[in-house]
Amino acid sequence: MTAATGNGAEALSDGAADLVERLLAGDRRALARVISLVENRTGDGRAALGQLYQHTGKAHIVGITGGSGAGKSTLANALALELRKRDRTIGIVAVDPTSPFTHGAILGDRIRMQELAKDPQIFVRSMATRGEIGGLAAMTSDVASVLDAAGKDVVIIETVGAGQDEVEIASAAETTIVVLTPAGGDDVQAMKAGIMEIADVLVVNKADLPGADSLKALLLAATTSASRGRLETPILTTVATKREGITELTDAIDEHRQRIERSGERESLRLERARRQILALLRQRLLEEALRAPSLDGSLEELVRGVAERRLDPYTAAARLIAD
Amino acid sequence: MTDEQPIRVLIAKPGLDGHDRGAKVVARALRDAGMEVVYTGIRQTPEMIAEAALQEDVEVVGLSILSGAHAELFPRVVAALKERGINADEILLFAGGIIPDDDIPALKELGFQEIFRPGASTQDIIEFVRDWSAKQRDNGAKGEVAGGP
Ligand code: B12
Ligand SMILES: Nc1nc2c(ncn2[C@@H]2O[C@H](COP(=O)(O)OP(=O)(O)OP(=O)(O)O)[C@@H](O)[C@H]2O)c(=O)[nH]1
Ligand SMILES: [Mg+2]
Repeated sequence: MTAATGNGAEALSDGAADLVERLLAGDRRALARVISLVENRTGDGRAALGQLYQHTGKAHIVGITGGSGAGKSTLANALALELRKRDRTIGIVAVDPTSPFTHGAILGDRIRMQELAKDPQIFVRSMATRGEIGGLAAMTSDVASVLDAAGKDVVIIETVGAGQDEVEIASAAETTIVVLTPAGGDDVQAMKAGIMEIADVLVVNKADLPGADSLKALLLAATTSASRGRLETPILTTVATKREGITELTDAIDEHRQRIERSGERESLRLERARRQILALLRQRLLEEALRAPSLDGSLEELVRGVAERRLDPYTAAARLIAD
Repeated sequence: MTDEQPIRVLIAKPGLDGHDRGAKVVARALRDAGMEVVYTGIRQTPEMIAEAALQEDVEVVGLSILSGAHAELFPRVVAALKERGINADEILLFAGGIIPDDDIPALKELGFQEIFRPGASTQDIIEFVRDWSAKQRDNGAKGEVAGGP
């Protein structure tokens, strides 16, 4: 236990310490195991992150978001292949939704990433959202950190949909690609939901389908009015299935990274992310601790009933929990 | 949030066999039973399947095959797993599809714990996975790092 990091985290068990060592030495199975520890929110997972954190910060974290079926996985596949040509190593985290009813999930993003399995320099991990309200962004970010520590040059995070969760997950990325398609009626919706604001690169995928040009024109109009002096968001068209437009997309991603590096924005992004991470963890820990307090035994239910029956207001109820 | 960790399963179709209904039925049934199911799609080489099992850190690997090529492909999957340090007895390896009676002993010998054939009830399949996982977790409850190095 040497590191200056990891002070507040739990001690690493011998088994996990061994995994961390092997991960740093390039063992892919150990990498997969550590990701599970982190994903399962185990003490070992937190401790492993504590050890690994000092090895992070090198990878370029790229988020791909957009409506269901927009072609995110196909794009991630094409991007990974192009980045490999540029001699970069790749980690991919592909997130699919957990069913709120059964808590199960089908993780199907690999179907579009078949070719990547042959290359030991590409590591693909599927992840279910596990109904983590607000915690998903932190978890995705942690898994990306593990891949970063394992030495991946680029870590791609694929998320689904166009809601608040996605905006949050994208915040774990340095460069966010928003994918739209001429086929999806969800484009206007995406614009409303604030997805456009988080886009560093906009992609009109499925450009082989009719309507791509008019969508691009629409986006162009929307971004010019929204950018207000900021550098304009590049809008690219791709046909992910045929790998058309991928060189340009890869260039745009690289350029974005260089730009934020030069302008100092990368640094401020990092500060912002660090602050958010600490505060999110603090919030979570405090909540867990408050709810675990022995004095709470049963009293939460009583307070809940009290508020529901209007004997008590929620502010007073919460204050009582803290006071106890 | 550290209730029960979901069981992670890989469902894969080796070879050129395009019959994917059964694999999808099983994947969905396991999903509905609360498991996280990585589905890789059709036309997987043994190496791709083993690589997915490694990267996804699954505890269950299920192969689906209706083409008749199991006798050739299944040993190669087992070998590819082993090459990556995954022994058949560390995970639940099982399969389903069109597999004649005569072939089953050899597959069991290889490490396949059960073979489910046409008409198999998804409930039985779910229970089989659950039972195995429960036993496994009982055994491995000593430390957080199941299996060790
Ligand atoms: C539907 C079907 C097709 C469809 C497939 C559609 C699709 N996308 O799946 C189509 C028409 C495309 C098709 C094509 C062909 N087919 Co076809 N097809 C069938 C048929 C009639 C039913 C299969 C099916 O979908 N069953 C429903 C599902 C739900 O059942 P299941 O797959 O058996 O799965 C269950 C269990 O086996 C088990 N299970 C399955 N996988 C797994 C995995 C795990 C991990 C577990 C635990 C359990 C499990 O659980 C499931 C639920 O009970 C079978 C005959 C039969 N009775 O099985 C022939 C059959 C499989 N086909 C056959 C053949 C020969 C072909 C073709 C070569 C025909 C041709 N000459 O063109 C092509 C090849 C296509 C290809 N690319 O591979 C033969 C295979 C012979 C063999 N193995 O020796 C069969 C057996 C017909 C026969 N009696 O000759 N076929
Ligand atoms: N015509 C056309 N189809 C495409 C293109 N890119 C992807 N697709 C198809 O769109 C479908 C969905 O692609 P995916 O890559 O799985 O999309 P996704 O956004 O990852 O989907 P989810 O993860 O399920 O949200 C697949 O059938 C792809 O083959 C494209 O450029 N043109
Ligand atoms: Mg996808």
